[in-house]
Amino acid sequence: MSKIFPKSANALPLQIVLFIVVLAGVATAAVTYYATPKYLRIGYEPVQPVPFDHSLHAGQLGLDCRYCHASVEKSATSSLPAAQTCMNCHSVIKPASPLLAPVRHSYETGEPVPWVKVHVAPDYVYFNHSVHVTRGVSCVECHGKVNEMTTVYHAKPHSMGFCLDCHRQPEKFLRAPRDVYNLDSPTLAAQGKMDEALAQIHQWKVKPPQSCSGCHR
Amino acid sequence: MSSHIEPAGHPLLAEVNPVAIPRQELVHHGRDFHWITEKVCGIVEAKTPVWWWWCFGVAAFVASFTVAGLIYLVGTGVGVWGHANPVNWAWDIVNFVFWIGIGHAGTLISAILCLLRQKWRTSINRASEAMTIFAVVCAGIFPVFHVGRVWMAWYLFPIPNANYIWQNFRSPLEWDVFAVSTYGTVSVLFWYVGLLPDLGTMRDRFTAAGNLLKARLYGFFAMGWRGSNRHWANYEMAYLILAGVATPLVLSVHTIVSFDFAVSLIPGWHTTIFPPYFVAGAIFSGFGMVMTLMLPLRAIYRLEDLITQYHIDCMCKITLATGTMVGYAYAMEFFIAWYGANPYEGFAFINRAFGHYAWAYWIMITCNVITPQFFWSRRVRENTTLVWILSIFVNVGMWFERFVIIVTSLARDFLPSSWGYYSPSIVEIFTFFGTFGVFSVLFLLFIRFVPIMPMSEVKAVIPQADPHGTGH
Ligand code: HEC
Ligand code: HEC
Ligand code: HEC
Ligand code: HEC
Ligand code: HEC
Repeated sequence: MSKIFPKSANALPLQIVLFIVVLAGVATAAVTYYATPKYLRIGYEPVQPVPFDHSLHAGQLGLDCRYCHASVEKSATSSLPAAQTCMNCHSVIKPASPLLAPVRHSYETGEPVPWVKVHVAPDYVYFNHSVHVTRGVSCVECHGKVNEMTTVYHAKPHSMGFCLDCHRQPEKFLRAPRDVYNLDSPTLAAQGKMDEALAQIHQWKVKPPQSCSGCHR
Repeated sequence: MSSHIEPAGHPLLAEVNPVAIPRQELVHHGRDFHWITEKVCGIVEAKTPVWWWWCFGVAAFVASFTVAGLIYLVGTGVGVWGHANPVNWAWDIVNFVFWIGIGHAGTLISAILCLLRQKWRTSINRASEAMTIFAVVCAGIFPVFHVGRVWMAWYLFPIPNANYIWQNFRSPLEWDVFAVSTYGTVSVLFWYVGLLPDLGTMRDRFTAAGNLLKARLYGFFAMGWRGSNRHWANYEMAYLILAGVATPLVLSVHTIVSFDFAVSLIPGWHTTIFPPYFVAGAIFSGFGMVMTLMLPLRAIYRLEDLITQYHIDCMCKITLATGTMVGYAYAMEFFIAWYGANPYEGFAFINRAFGHYAWAYWIMITCNVITPQFFWSRRVRENTTLVWILSIFVNVGMWFERFVIIVTSLARDFLPSSWGYYSPSIVEIFTFFGTFGVFSVLFLLFIRFVPIMPMSEVKAVIPQADPHGTGH
C-alpha cells in the first residue's frame, strides 16, 4: 500500500488527546474565572448623575444608613433618598455646587434623580431587606464597605451560591443588632462570641430558607 | 463440529431424529467477496446521483422548519409552544419519546442480535445504528430547547457552579439525562468501531484510484486500520464488549423514559406496566422506521441480494411480536384500571377511549394493534410496497401512542376545575415537522459518504467464509 500519511502521523492520536485535555483544562479554568459572578459583577461601578460620596457622608459625617435608606429595616426594598433628604443639608452646605444641580432640579420639579441601579436581583428571585437587617445581617455582608466607597460598586458576587453560603450557616455572619449599620464592626463569630450568635439564632428562631421556594416564589 | 449428533443418556434419545432445517441463505445468487465490496463501496464511490440531490434539497428545506422554530423559541421564550395549565408537557416530550423510541431498533439489531448470533442482522445493522444516532439527535432537540434558555441546558449535568445548582437525583428526569446521554455515546462508539474496517477499505480504494484527498479523509477516520491479525482480534473483542455494554441500554433507556411518567401520580401514568410496555413499543417503532428506511434503499441500490426476503420476514415478525405486546399492554392497562377499582384510573382510561381525544386513541389502536397483524400473512410480507406502507402506519401509530398517554392524562387530571384541552401551536408543529428533515439530511449524508453495510460482516455470513464447508 502506498503511503498517504507521513510517519509523524503515528503520533497524531496522542497529540489529539493531549490537545483536547489541555483545551478542556484551559476552557474550564477560563470559564471558572471569567464567567462567574465573582468576575462579571464585582467591581461594577456605574457613573451616577450626581457624584454622591458614601465615604464622605456615611463615613466621615457618620450619617446612619437609615437616614437615607429609610425603609431598609421595615420593608423588602431599601429605598433611595428623595432630594428633600439631601436638601436638608445642601440648602445650606454648598447650595450652589454645580455637582448638585440634578438634586436641586429634582427638588423643584419632584422628578426623581435618575440614579443608576448597582445591585439587581433577577426578577425570579425574592429578596427582602428587612428580614436580614433586623436579624443581625449587616449591609457589609452583601454590599461591602459602602462607608469607604467614593462611588458605590458591586462588592459581592450575589450569586445563588453566595446567598446559600450564609443561609447554610448564618451563625458565622451575624452581628449584634446594634452593629448592623456599623460597617466596620466585626461579626460575633470574629469576636469569639459564637455562643451569643447561636443564642440570637435560637431566641429569634432564625431559619434562613434553603429550599428553592424560599427564594424562588 | 460434525452434523451428526451422538446419542447420550436416555435410550429414547437414540430414536429422536431432529429434522434438519436448512439455514436460510443470507446472500442470494452466490455473490462472492469481490461482488460485495464492489456493491457497497460502489455506492459511495459513484457520482452523486440526481435523486440524492433532490432528496437532500427537500430534506434541508424541511429541516429549516426546525431551525426557524427554534430560533423563534429562543428569541421569544418557551411560551411560544402551546403548553399551558394543565397540559404542561405535550409535543416536546411526545416528540422526544417518539424519536428516542425509534433509536431502539438500531441498538437491538447491533447489540442483542449480535450476542444472540442472529446473522441476518449484518446487512441492516450499520444503517440501523446510523438511524439510532440520528434519532437520538432529533430526540435531544426537544428536552434541550424545552428548558427555554438553552444556554443554561448544561445545568442538566452535575457541574459545580457559582449558583450551587445541583441536580435532584431523585427525579426520573435526571435519570433520563444520564440514560439518554449514555445511550447516545455508546451508540456512536459502537457505530464507529464497527465502521473501522470499512473505512480502511475505502481509504485503500481511494488510494488505489489516486484520489488522495478522500484517501486521507477516510484514512484519518480509519485510525490506521491495516486489517492485521492483531487488529482483527482487538476489533472483535472491542465489538463484543460494546455489544455487551449496549445490550442493557436497549432495555434501560426506554424503561427510564417510561419512569418520567410512571413515577408520577397522574392517573394513566402511574402504572407498573410502563417499562416493559415502553420498551416493546420502542422496538416496535424502531423496526417500523428501519423498514421505512431500508426498503427504499434496497430498491434504489438494488440490494435485493443482500437484504433478502428473509431479512424482511425477520423484521416483519419482530414488528408483529412487539406490536402484539403493545396491544396486550393496552388491554392490560384497561383491565388493571377496572380491577384496581381506582375511580381516577378508571376514568383516565374511559376518557382516553371515549373522551375528547378519542380520535387520537383510535388512530393509535388502528395503527399499532391492527397494522402489525397483517404481517401474519406471508403474502403481505412478500409485497414490499405493502410492507413499506404498513411500516409508515407503525410510525404514525407510535407517535400517537405517546400523544395519547401524555396529553389525555394531563388534560383530565384529578381536579375537574383545572381540566383543559391542548392543541399545539404553529411553532411546535414547525419544530416537529422539521425534525424529519434533520433526520433525513443526516441519513442522506450517511448513505452518501459511509458504506451502508459492514462489508466484512456480510462476507462472514456467506458460504465462502466457511473454510470447512460444513454449513456452520
Ligand atoms: C446621605 C444619604 C445616604 C446615606 C447616609 C447612605 N446612603 Fe447609600 N446611597 C445614597 C444614594 C443617594 C445612593 C444612590 C447613588 C449611588 O448609588 O451612589 C445610594 C446607594 C447605595 C447603594 C447602592 C444601591 C444600588 O443601586 O444597588 C448601597 C448598597 C448603599 N447606598 C448602601 C449604603 C449603606 C450601607 C449606608 C450606610 C453605611 C448608606 N448607603 C448610607 C444615599 C445615602
Ligand atoms: C448631613 C448633611 C448632608 C446631607 C443629608 C447630604 N449631604 Fe452632601 N455634603 C454634606 C457635606 C458636609 C459635604 C461636604 C462639603 C464640602 O466638601 O465642603 C457634602 C458634599 C456633597 C457633594 C460634593 C459637592 C461638591 O461640590 O464638592 C455632593 C455631590 C453631595 N454632598 C451630594 C449629596 C446628595 C446627593 C445628598 C442626598 C442623597 C446629600 N449630599 C446629602 C452634607 C450632607
Ligand atoms: C443579605 C444581603 C443584603 C443585605 C444584608 C443588605 N442588602 Fe441591600 N441589597 C441586596 C440585594 C440582593 C439588592 C438588590 C435588590 C433588588 O434588586 O431587588 C440590594 C439592593 C440595595 C439597594 C438598592 C435598592 C434599589 O431599589 O435600588 C440599596 C440602597 C441597599 N440594598 C441598601 C442596603 C443597606 C443600607 C443595607 C444595610 C442596612 C443593605 N442593603 C443590606 C442585598 C442585601
Ligand atoms: C450573611 C448572611 C445572609 C446572606 C448573604 C443572605 N441571607 Fe437571606 N437570610 C439570612 C438570615 C439570617 C435569614 C433568616 C431570617 C429569619 O429566619 O428570621 C434570611 C432569610 C432570607 C429569606 C426569607 C425571608 C422570609 O420572608 O422568610 C429570603 C427570601 C432570603 N433570605 C433571601 C436571600 C437572598 C436572595 C440572598 C442573596 C442575594 C440572601 N438571602 C443572602 C441571612 C443571609
Ligand atoms: C437563598 C436564596 C435562594 C435559594 C434558597 C435558592 N436560590 Fe436559586 N437563585 C438565587 C439567586 C439569588 C439567584 C440569581 C443568581 C444570579 O443572578 O447570579 C438564583 C438563581 C437560580 C437559577 C439560575 C437561573 C439562571 O437563569 O441563571 C436556578 C436554576 C436556580 N436558582 C434554582 C434553584 C433551585 C433548584 C433551588 C432549590 C434547590 C434554589 N434555586 C434555591 C437564590 C436562591
